[in-house]
Amino acid sequence: MDETRKGTPSSEPPPPAASSPGRRDFLATALGASGGVFALLAGGGALATSAEAGGAKGDDRYDWEAHQWAYLIDTEKCIGCGSCVRACKAENGVPDGYFRTWVERYLVAPDASHVDSPNGGLDGFAPVQTAFEPTKSFFVPKLCNHCKETPCVQVCPVGASYRTKDGVVLVDGKSCIGCGYCVQACPYGSRFLSPETHTAEKCTWCYHRITKGLKPACVEVCPTATRQFGDMKRDDDPVRLAIAHGRVQVLQANLLTEPQAYYLGIDKEVR
Amino acid sequence: MPEISGYAFPNDIHVHWSLMIVMYPYITGFVAGSFIVTALYHLFGKNEFRPIARLSLAASFCFLLVAGLPLQLHLGHPERGLFVMITPNFTSAMAGFGILYSFYLVIVMLEVWFVYRQEIIETARRSRGFKRTFYAALALGTYDTSPAAVAIDHRAVKLLSAIGLPSACMLHGYVGFIFGGIKANPWWSTPLMPVIFLLSAAVSGIALLILVYQVTAKLGRRAVQADTITSMARWLWFFLIITVTLELLEIIMLAYENSEAWHIISPLLTTRLQFSFISIQMIVGSLIPFILLFIVTVMNRYLHERVRNTLTFMASLLLLIQVFSMRWNVVIGGQLLSKSFRGLRSAYEPHLFGREGIVMAITLFLMPFVILYFFDRVLPIEAPPGAYPPEHDGSPEPGVSPGAV
Repeated sequence: MDETRKGTPSSEPPPPAASSPGRRDFLATALGASGGVFALLAGGGALATSAEAGGAKGDDRYDWEAHQWAYLIDTEKCIGCGSCVRACKAENGVPDGYFRTWVERYLVAPDASHVDSPNGGLDGFAPVQTAFEPTKSFFVPKLCNHCKETPCVQVCPVGASYRTKDGVVLVDGKSCIGCGYCVQACPYGSRFLSPETHTAEKCTWCYHRITKGLKPACVEVCPTATRQFGDMKRDDDPVRLAIAHGRVQVLQANLLTEPQAYYLGIDKEVR
Repeated sequence: MPEISGYAFPNDIHVHWSLMIVMYPYITGFVAGSFIVTALYHLFGKNEFRPIARLSLAASFCFLLVAGLPLQLHLGHPERGLFVMITPNFTSAMAGFGILYSFYLVIVMLEVWFVYRQEIIETARRSRGFKRTFYAALALGTYDTSPAAVAIDHRAVKLLSAIGLPSACMLHGYVGFIFGGIKANPWWSTPLMPVIFLLSAAVSGIALLILVYQVTAKLGRRAVQADTITSMARWLWFFLIITVTLELLEIIMLAYENSEAWHIISPLLTTRLQFSFISIQMIVGSLIPFILLFIVTVMNRYLHERVRNTLTFMASLLLLIQVFSMRWNVVIGGQLLSKSFRGLRSAYEPHLFGREGIVMAITLFLMPFVILYFFDRVLPIEAPPGAYPPEHDGSPEPGVSPGAV
């Protein structure tokens, strides 16, 4: 657990129950703000201090018009350690059996394939025997794709799901009615109805962190830089450069959801 | 924990849309289906439906009152249910529910009022005390039963039927749209979905009315009208044929195109839904009623009345099961397959108790009948014989059942 804690901003691990209201407070603030710029009141003193250290504006203000977040996953680098899944669970208090991010293992031969994700990769991957001889194998981390044309926001009957100006798809837990329509509409299986809050929950790209200049917990702890997080509005951002100049793929591109999580080195077997 | 065959996305193993979401289109289907029967009489002049015109309107109304409950019961936050109406997000198919539902409710209430207006007034005139006050209130302050006013009533009923029919179709077609518009799920995502929902609603509505009509006739010791049953059986057969054709077409299309989705839907149908789809929906629920109704329709003249009634009754009962299994297979079936297209979860078994359980589902199904009973006490579904002239010229034979307006 040590490594998962390394990236968290506060000195003490935010207990699941505490992190959740924190996000909601934040969302309430976000909704309360009339303009594009709003004051960030989430967290506490410890978070504010780390925000300054993290390079956010000193007055704690975050300008969501100044960023356009994107996520890059270089699957060639993933070793399937599961640190990201553990970090996400610890950071966001994800309930057992539900996942905001997970890692898939692919064992592929020309005429057969095996895919698994035991407990979402939370505990890493034990060796597996397949009935066929795999000719290639790789890991694929998955998370919410934060689509530009996202079906989940489209179908939310009350507007509790929304996309922020900086390109993050979020759920307002205070107005979510828990109908589950967004869960059905997400082609990637990124959403779930939390058994604790009875509302839809999903990856927020650690919005409480990125608005303070930090990276999402999963990116922070990734030992191989498989997971990278960047700002498309920054010309010299490595993620922007990779997406702009490299050959990238997105998941289920045929659905035209315009995911903002891009992949390097995925295979035809990956959906 | 459900068992998974193949690989399912880890969040895809939960059936979030439970039995209540199966009940929702089932109940809404009765609303639309019953209204179609009313419209056949009021709008299309099918006089053989006269004995059940009021019953079908009342049934549509009673089921409508319950239609929103399964949704409410299913919500993670039922206390926020009204948000759908107060703060709707109009890009959501679901947000249309409040508008369509309220609009249709108003139309049906108005139609009920116009159909019963004359009787309400006369009951008020005949009564004393509280009963008089109650019916006077129901009359909404107008006590005009002159022939001119009654003629206006009839025109209003016709107009309301004309508005109500597309509204009922929209209300239920929209339920199909909720599923049909989900591109993430290949088992749902087809433009045929609203059409199939609508047609199977007609099936369930007519089937239900055949059952209720026969049962109430038996309880009230009234004769079951031969031409009514025959005609209903024909319409039921007609809607059954189109519904099942479309249900099969959807699947044959997927198989023939050998689409990506077929590789997961094929095992879904032959393993997880083998019983509920192939056995129940297709064989017990479709093939057998098809044969029964075929006999009633084609060999009608050779059938003794009792045989005809029994065959129609049996077919209707099976069709109620067919439509339920169709809803089940769509709603639950769609959640057994993972969007990874690589895995299926084990069958979903609803709880017996609890707010989304089997007992609740049965209660929801029975509630409209309880409401119907009280409806009948206030506004008798069977009008006193000869009380009112038939609405349409021509066919009603003298002495034919107590008429509906």
